[in-house]
Amino acid sequence: MNMDDALQTFLIECRELLQAMEEALLNLESEPDDKEAIGAVFRAAHTIKGSAGLFGLDTIVAFTHVAENVLDKVRNGEVPVDSNLIALLLSSGDHIAILVEQIAGQGVEPDEATCAAGEALLQQLKTYLAGEGQGVQITQSSVTQPHDAPLQSSGGGLVGSDTWHISLRFGHDVLKNGMDPLSFLRYLATLGEIVSVTTLPDAMPLAEQMDPECCYLGFEIDFRSTADKTMIEGVFEFVRDDCNLRILPPHSRVTEYIQLINDLPEDKVRLGDILINSGVVTQKELDEMLICQAMRSCIAEDAQSGEHVPPVPPLGEILVQEGMVQKELVDAALGKQKQARDNKAQESRYIRVHADKLDDLINLVGELVIASASAALLSQRSRDTMLHEATSTMSRLVEEIRDGALQLRMVPIGETFNRFHRVVRDVSNDLGKEIGLEIGGAETELDKSVVEKIGDPLMHLVRNSMDHGIESAELRQQRGKSAKGTVRLNAFHESGSIVIEVGDDGGGLNRDKLLAKAIERGLVGPNQSLTDQEVYALIFEAGFSTADAVTSISGRGVGMDVVRRNIEALRGMIEIDSVQGVGTTIRIRLPLTLAIIDGFLLGVGSASYVVPLDMVMECIELSEAERQETRERNYINLRGTVLPFIRLRDHFREQGKAGRRENIVVVQYAGQKAGLVVDELMGEFQTVIKPLGKIFGNLRGVSGSTILGSGEVALILDVPALIQRSVNQEAKSAGQEKLVALLK
Amino acid sequence: MGAIIQAEQHQLDAGEEGHNQYLTFLLGGEMFAIPILNIKEIIEYGSLTTVPMMPEFIRGVINLRGSVVPVVDLTVRFGRQTTPVTKRTCIVIIEIESDGDKQDVGVVVDTVNEVLEIPRAEIERAPSFGAKIRADFISGMGKIAGKFVVILNVNHVLSIDEMAMLGQVGGTEPEMMALPA
Repeated sequence: MNMDDALQTFLIECRELLQAMEEALLNLESEPDDKEAIGAVFRAAHTIKGSAGLFGLDTIVAFTHVAENVLDKVRNGEVPVDSNLIALLLSSGDHIAILVEQIAGQGVEPDEATCAAGEALLQQLKTYLAGEGQGVQITQSSVTQPHDAPLQSSGGGLVGSDTWHISLRFGHDVLKNGMDPLSFLRYLATLGEIVSVTTLPDAMPLAEQMDPECCYLGFEIDFRSTADKTMIEGVFEFVRDDCNLRILPPHSRVTEYIQLINDLPEDKVRLGDILINSGVVTQKELDEMLICQAMRSCIAEDAQSGEHVPPVPPLGEILVQEGMVQKELVDAALGKQKQARDNKAQESRYIRVHADKLDDLINLVGELVIASASAALLSQRSRDTMLHEATSTMSRLVEEIRDGALQLRMVPIGETFNRFHRVVRDVSNDLGKEIGLEIGGAETELDKSVVEKIGDPLMHLVRNSMDHGIESAELRQQRGKSAKGTVRLNAFHESGSIVIEVGDDGGGLNRDKLLAKAIERGLVGPNQSLTDQEVYALIFEAGFSTADAVTSISGRGVGMDVVRRNIEALRGMIEIDSVQGVGTTIRIRLPLTLAIIDGFLLGVGSASYVVPLDMVMECIELSEAERQETRERNYINLRGTVLPFIRLRDHFREQGKAGRRENIVVVQYAGQKAGLVVDELMGEFQTVIKPLGKIFGNLRGVSGSTILGSGEVALILDVPALIQRSVNQEAKSAGQEKLVALLK
Repeated sequence: MGAIIQAEQHQLDAGEEGHNQYLTFLLGGEMFAIPILNIKEIIEYGSLTTVPMMPEFIRGVINLRGSVVPVVDLTVRFGRQTTPVTKRTCIVIIEIESDGDKQDVGVVVDTVNEVLEIPRAEIERAPSFGAKIRADFISGMGKIAGKFVVILNVNHVLSIDEMAMLGQVGGTEPEMMALPA
């Protein structure tokens, strides 16, 4: 096996595990009794340790081991869960992540700072372990408190039934081998309290047959202890081969064991493994029983057809028959086994696919869409109905394939949102404000490439909301709000785009303050009248900050302009709703995918352009009268409302004569309506977006390009940018204030 | 003695870098050369889509087997009059590296001549003036049959960053000779 590949897998697995661990820890913070969360944290640490061990990454193993020990204690309820512990474990998780990235990812030894940080964490972790070491010491402590856990958890059962029941039959040779049976019983007493011992002399033969060197003794012992089965069995280590030993757990333990069985990670599908892992059966007992089972099956095979031989009982049954475990436990384990099998079946429904393969597939599908468009074009020209029908069937299938392929890359946004639990927690601690996070619409899906790029802008917005948006607890109480602030993350689909909202129930934006600041900085003229939206949008201007104090988190005025730029780079838009004293909601509107869209093809002069179809509201012909009317102005009367438009021919300085007819395509984006005057309408077109490359990076109004069926390149119009550009131009040139107000 | 060492040095360089083969082409009646290592292919001129609101030296974009490639008119980039498209007009696809990324750029040329070997010793330094082309565009002057050929420095002539910056200025402004080299 290629170790590099394996290491890569390890890295990915670690990242996922650490992510899961963090989520579980944050869960724990809100619900300290969540057993599942504790189990999840423990398993994550345990798996990382195990995998790191496989690669010989001792530094990681050493650190994780200590963390795991602490977690084990948490799991056993020996260490209470509190916020300090969670904070420590969270930083431990971070430290493991650093170690993993440095050692496994970059192949370097951790630097000094990391080592020092690790050492400090270890010290803290060890305080939780202080005074209690490994197995032996635990045993000692349980000797001093023999009535500890099992009694408490018995839930009022009879004391007599709360003991281990040990049936011991010594083999004949025990004495000959130099063992003293009684010494074992004495040693057993050090592990707990022997409640009663019944000596069974049944095996004793008549006096004349008795060999004084043989041991014929058997004991039935009721034993009370907190030690586990393996430990009790360990007492009889030296005579294990010479005696017949059955250890039945106390009844109170049964429920505990069932709990344990249910808590096991679901990777074991063998009954024996489940029973051993939960400590119900020891390895030796299992081996013995498996041999027993094998022997019985041999007997069954040996017995020839004539005789009736009962079928070989399954392992669980043998264990119960032999008195090794109670029936309930086997049932629980069988239930668990079934669950694990089911889960395994469910897991296998997912396949991990390399992202590059998906990208290649989507690229290919894009080519297929283009190729099918050109086939459709040719079939239309040929006027062969059969061919036309065949190509249209193909086009429909290609469309389905396209949708299916794009669906493959869709991921729910919830994973991105969940990361913010940690952010909100940490930042609220730093700020000294109590802030909770609410998440909605986590199942909303969007393209993976968008998800990857949305994280940073969201981070900025959330931090900003927490720092500037939410007031201090005192101020909140003065305003009659609960002391605990709330940040909301929400996502939903709306007409071909996804809307992501970052909201807070803080103070809201102060319009007057914003305006004053903007006038002071010369961004806005003193006499200019702006709408609320325009004023709020000022916070996205570079270097604009209304925070009175600069904190470590925000207030330097760097960030919000970067957020806007990032969102715009994703062909998205950002807007703000705010009510003073009630809160602010920042709404991000993003296209669902960056690869293929449904477009509407237009012709201007000799060139073709594509407008995203979801933006097109309607198309109307510009009548001759209207053409005459609009020589000097750029708006028409659309059923009683004013519709400003952009004449693309003029806007793009298209050469050549104007067509005989002109059409207006009415587009809408985020509530704004505008018209685009074009020569020709060419209908819907599946548009595979091809980036235009860096050279055109500064070009506004064109967001990309696509390839038409004919092989020509058509440009995709960026409608919001086009409108913005026109607004700016007009605002600059003429005093058409009215139009500006309408457009805005 | 020194001369021999120098000559050997040249051969060594040439052998190592393989830089001594050049494609020569005509542009507005003048001959230019570019190292063939940068050239991906030469295609017929046709089906070019103009991109509005871009400086004039960017003729537009073409579909090169599924990817969209910008096409640059070098004569305009050199601040000269553009030449009409003829039957012999070609687009030379050149690979440019910018910030570690590789990008293809097409260049319109009037006629492609031939691939020539120009030994190092036959390459002179660019004149400090007189070529009527920005000095940083020229990587050297090759001597072919007693005539000089301008060997272009493609990374400067087709600098993606610079062209993108000029795109921002946008509009129809012709060549910006004032730009710092």
